[in-house]
Amino acid sequence: MKIMVAIKRVVDYAVKIRVKPDKTGVETTNVKMSMNPFCEIALEEALRMKEAGLASEVVAVSMGPAKCVDTLRTGLAMGADRGIHVDVPGELQPLSVAKLLKALIDSEKPGLLILGKQAIDDDCNQTGQMVAGLLSWPQGTFASKISIRGLTLSAPLRSSRSTDLRLNQPRYATLPNILKAKSKVIKKCTPEELNVPIKSDLETVQVTEPPKRKAGVILSSVDELVDKLKNEARVI
Amino acid sequence: MQRLRSLSAALFRKGENRRAAASFSTSLLFDDTQIQFKESVAQFAQEIIAPHASSIDRTNYFPKEVNLWKLMGEFNLHGIASPEEYGGLGLGYLYHCIAMEEISRASGSVGLSYGAHSNLCINQLLISGEHVGALAMSEPNAGSDVISMKCKADRVDGGYTINGNKMWCTNGPVAQTLVIYAKTDFAARSKGITAFIIEKEMPGFSTAQKLDKLGMRGSDTCELVFENCFVPEENILGQEGKGVYVMLSGLDLERLVLAAGPLGLMQACLDAVLPYIRQREQFGSPIGNFQFIQGKIADMYTALQSSRSYVYSVARDCDSGKIDPKDCAGVILCAAERATQVALQAIQCLGGNGYVNEYVTGRLLRDAKLYEIGAGTSEIRRMIIGRALFKDE
Repeated sequence: MKIMVAIKRVVDYAVKIRVKPDKTGVETTNVKMSMNPFCEIALEEALRMKEAGLASEVVAVSMGPAKCVDTLRTGLAMGADRGIHVDVPGELQPLSVAKLLKALIDSEKPGLLILGKQAIDDDCNQTGQMVAGLLSWPQGTFASKISIRGLTLSAPLRSSRSTDLRLNQPRYATLPNILKAKSKVIKKCTPEELNVPIKSDLETVQVTEPPKRKAGVILSSVDELVDKLKNEARVI
Repeated sequence: MQRLRSLSAALFRKGENRRAAASFSTSLLFDDTQIQFKESVAQFAQEIIAPHASSIDRTNYFPKEVNLWKLMGEFNLHGIASPEEYGGLGLGYLYHCIAMEEISRASGSVGLSYGAHSNLCINQLLISGEHVGALAMSEPNAGSDVISMKCKADRVDGGYTINGNKMWCTNGPVAQTLVIYAKTDFAARSKGITAFIIEKEMPGFSTAQKLDKLGMRGSDTCELVFENCFVPEENILGQEGKGVYVMLSGLDLERLVLAAGPLGLMQACLDAVLPYIRQREQFGSPIGNFQFIQGKIADMYTALQSSRSYVYSVARDCDSGKIDPKDCAGVILCAAERATQVALQAIQCLGGNGYVNEYVTGRLLRDAKLYEIGAGTSEIRRMIIGRALFKDE
């Protein structure tokens, strides 16, 4: 069985995010980028299944600008067998990603698709669900444990899973594997080749930082608390 | 190998700027694969080694609950430069220096022990980290003047009997396999030195008490004692009387690899100072706004970047076969002296806090100072370079 894993290149989780001065988005130039942590977990799960003999091949897929190839190389260094890079220069929304994944799945025919439950840049938590819908495949989301019983290599599973945090601890890419990854293939394709028109249904109007947390206030009585909740916070 | 620290713990950690000052742009020094490796080792070192650094320094012991040697072995960090027929990766010194820098950045002591062990990565057990290696040439009365060593090896039936002492042996207390130099012919002076491979269980070989050092604590250093220790014939490294050549050529590459140690320490200084000066406020502003502080960090940064360029350029040369003893001595001379100065400045930037052991800067200074002494003191390094330049036409 072939497993396809979708991985996303995002701003590294340790970076302090800044909003661009023109408020069109978050600053990404000269900022460290890495593989989305949930995608790492998804890839790790796929690699463990392959090591357990449940899968014959793990294919990593990433969509976006040319730099996505770096993220794919990390995936290959962790142990994926080959990579596919869908070259899309501009912004990509979950529905477009889902359509591209469907097109790839139609041609690659994997038995299982595993993705992270959400990306830490947009936190959409949509792609996994949308792909399953487009393919009419059964899906399991927020997977904290995946076990396959009674499955042989030839029986297709045809389902998608999106992975949650505590599913596993992803492995490191060691030096021998980094070097082996250099000879693994990354195929490049475009949305046009896959017959998927990319259009944005959403327009980002403005991105702002959340309001700065104000200092707390120490109140003297329950009456004062009720008064503030009613008249200032307006929650009751 | 799996990560030991939970990804979830890392994702939801607040206020800890573990990678806030990420390694600086070094695009001219490395290609993509080397950058990928550097980031990978940095991640491993920060997650697996760095959490133990403070307690290693305080207790003067490596952690008992994890076996760092084996973990580094599983990450294929030992034997990066060792030939493939011994089980190494055969990748050369550039990769080895990258690993050394990142490990040293996490913990100076672990870095030093790792570097010392690297000299010995010649069999599978050493490369996997199951066995630790050590090297001993200095003696209580023969440091810089190592050729005057008194440890002697007398020829006997089937091998040699070794008598004497060795001093300043890094990893001595824990090493399974050691390379030591002894005199087989006192009259021949430098041409009378032979290198031997010693195994821990050999009768007549023992280690004396662990030294209580200023810095690099936890990187165990001790005295070795040989009392009629019998070493079989086949344990000679090289040939009888030719030990000095093994020693000197080994020293060149040892200096190169160790030079990456101070680089890591300088990076660790910047890792500590930059978040501090952004956050510490005086006179209504972060102290990083003040020119004196900016001057200090600029000096620290340029010291690191220039040393780094020197070390990795020489590493690249050594990989292509051009090993120049002047440059091998030069890189560690340069990096070590800069590192001590950078660590002093780091303490100064942190002010009173820099003087407190709760902050990392004190340990960085104590660790950095070692590199001006071990593997040939700065004075010896200057002699090597000056003498060679004087002789060259």
